[in-house]
Amino acid sequence: MRAWLIQRLSAVYLSLFLLYVLFWWLTTDRLSYTEWRQLIGQPFMAVALGLFFSALLVHAWVGMRDVLVDYIPHIGLRFFILIGVALFLLALGIWAALILVAVVMI
Amino acid sequence: MLTKTARPKNLNLLKIRQPVTAVVSIIHRISGVILFLTLPVMIYWFAESLRSAEDFAEAQAFFSSNWMLLAGALLAWALIHHFFAGLRFLLLDIDVGLELKTARATAWLVFACVAIVFVAYMFGVVI
Repeated sequence: MRAWLIQRLSAVYLSLFLLYVLFWWLTTDRLSYTEWRQLIGQPFMAVALGLFFSALLVHAWVGMRDVLVDYIPHIGLRFFILIGVALFLLALGIWAALILVAVVMI
Repeated sequence: MLTKTARPKNLNLLKIRQPVTAVVSIIHRISGVILFLTLPVMIYWFAESLRSAEDFAEAQAFFSSNWMLLAGALLAWALIHHFFAGLRFLLLDIDVGLELKTARATAWLVFACVAIVFVAYMFGVVI
């Protein structure tokens, strides 16, 4: 039930963020590097992106877990792959966090 | 969660004609896995685009290459399908469209929306 709820809540945030990005993409001219960097470096944007990456990775975890549990009946193999997916997502999360910290700090 | 249960194992999914609702569902899963697999590439180029002006230009060149036009089309399709099918599942969760006829109709509607938005996206990218 908790995973189920997390999946729905993250889905709602991801959808809203996606619509915002789509709107922004359709209404904004091509940015220069400086403009792009400034946009992402705003505290508000960094927080929204931090939330986005968190929601994205949690959503991916619950989704991949559901898929693997359904299609890999062998418990040992499933466990092994689940660990791999978890480590992979964790690494991506740390990476994304470092990117955002760097863009705000520097 | 990790207990073995006796399930029927003689189901050959390829021999069963799947209803449209099941097709929307399985493609939702496939598109989700595709999006999952492209995460590192996306995060890599996000990092590059912020690193320096040269890397930013490199990222732009990468995303406007012909090869990326194809990969981007697959990615865009996966994202668009995942979005619309996901929206339908969210509505089903709050008891909207649960009736079989409606559920079938909204499944077809998902495919229609995906097709329209995908074509619009491709027009936008090519032109």
